[in-house]
Amino acid sequence: MEHYTMNLTLKVWKQKNAKERGRFETYQVKNVSSEMSFLEMFDVLNEQLIAEGKEPIAFDHDCREGICGMCSMYINGRAHGPWHHTTTCQLHMREYKDGDTIVVEPWRASAFPVIKDLVVDRQSFDRIIQAGGYVSVNTGNAVDANALPIEKHMADEAFASAACIGCGACVAACPNASAMLFVSAKVSHLAMLPQGSPERKERVTNMINQMDKEGFGSCTNIGACEAECPKGISLENIARLNREYIGAMFDGGSQNAK
Amino acid sequence: MSWKNAFNSSVGKKIQMALTGLFLVLFLVVHCYVNAMIFWNDGGEKFTEAAHFMGTNVVIRITEIGLFAFLILHIVQGLKLWAQNRSRRNTRYAVSAGNATSKWYSRSMGILGTLILLFLVLHISAFWAPNRASQTMGNGELDLYTMMKEAFQSLFVVVIYVLGCISLAWHLVHGFYSAFQTLGLTMNKYKSIINMVGVAFSIIIPLIFALMPIAFYLHWIE
Repeated sequence: MEHYTMNLTLKVWKQKNAKERGRFETYQVKNVSSEMSFLEMFDVLNEQLIAEGKEPIAFDHDCREGICGMCSMYINGRAHGPWHHTTTCQLHMREYKDGDTIVVEPWRASAFPVIKDLVVDRQSFDRIIQAGGYVSVNTGNAVDANALPIEKHMADEAFASAACIGCGACVAACPNASAMLFVSAKVSHLAMLPQGSPERKERVTNMINQMDKEGFGSCTNIGACEAECPKGISLENIARLNREYIGAMFDGGSQNAK
Repeated sequence: MSWKNAFNSSVGKKIQMALTGLFLVLFLVVHCYVNAMIFWNDGGEKFTEAAHFMGTNVVIRITEIGLFAFLILHIVQGLKLWAQNRSRRNTRYAVSAGNATSKWYSRSMGILGTLILLFLVLHISAFWAPNRASQTMGNGELDLYTMMKEAFQSLFVVVIYVLGCISLAWHLVHGFYSAFQTLGLTMNKYKSIINMVGVAFSIIIPLIFALMPIAFYLHWIE
């Protein structure tokens, strides 16, 4: 594809902190290369703002390789922009043409309060993981890797679920601001492996309770999360989470989950 | 997990929606089967016989109480979830994804359900309520066939009924699949079967219902 440059109008959400009301600010960005990533375009804009003595726009980013789950922009109504299976850092400016207007908002959910501008607080995800997204392992020598046989297709499916990078696009895209796709990926990935099996009932109970406590909405199977997930986490994970939940619901027994 | 925890969590509430929804789906099949007796075009003989059974059989009458209980639970829980889910995003997006990432009917279950509820209020007060009232007073069952025939001479009533059926159809397109997904039954192997049966059900049942007022209005049946 041929290289070209463009001038863009950006409408970006500016918000001083969690308490103050935010508003849209309009910026002109000149000479943007079609080879740039979306975040590099923001770098150019921020350099420009700093040179003008204005405050740069705060946004989250880390690896810029599409694997860390840190970047989080809601671009023209789409989480991580319009490209399929793509994080914001992997969205490139060749998607846009000269004269385009792009509206950029932070993830919007009560459970993800805005810290500043486009940066949101996603610690609610960490607390859900702390509630059950782990396996308890005794200390001592590492067990031989081949001691536990795992079916190939189960290992593959568990891996596909584990691909979730916890970016929160599912919550941002969901009309109910539900975190079910994230929680289901974490529950699935551990439930499908023998190491995760002993704690499965306690895990699903505690993680769902924490999810509700954090103020996420409930799942109504709309499917916008799956459509926007940069890692292709499928709705089948939510069905599996529901099965896990029903299993824990009817368990008569010994597990003392709250 | 305690029962309290199980029913009060967000997943527990969705399971209640799914189970009551599937019960209502079963009810639709029975209701449709009984009412489709009018298509024999025998002056309502077979229909009245079936309606008499449904109106007097002890088992059916007891199930009817359960039906209303489930219907009310489905409505109350549904509206509560709708309100709750809306409150989970305090600031709305300036630009929304619209139909790019999801289907309009999947996002509109609350509105579609409310339309069906409004229709049900009209429908129940036109047929079920007066019939049961008459039975309770000791005046016996009403002639439902004649009541239908007379009610559906009005174009306005027919339009309301057809709109009710359209709302039901769209509600079912999402609801049928959604119930199975909530119960965790939509594994890859069954997904396409559930989707196909769901769409077929959502078209066939409301279509048969919609044909009833139309058939009376156009005098296909007398």
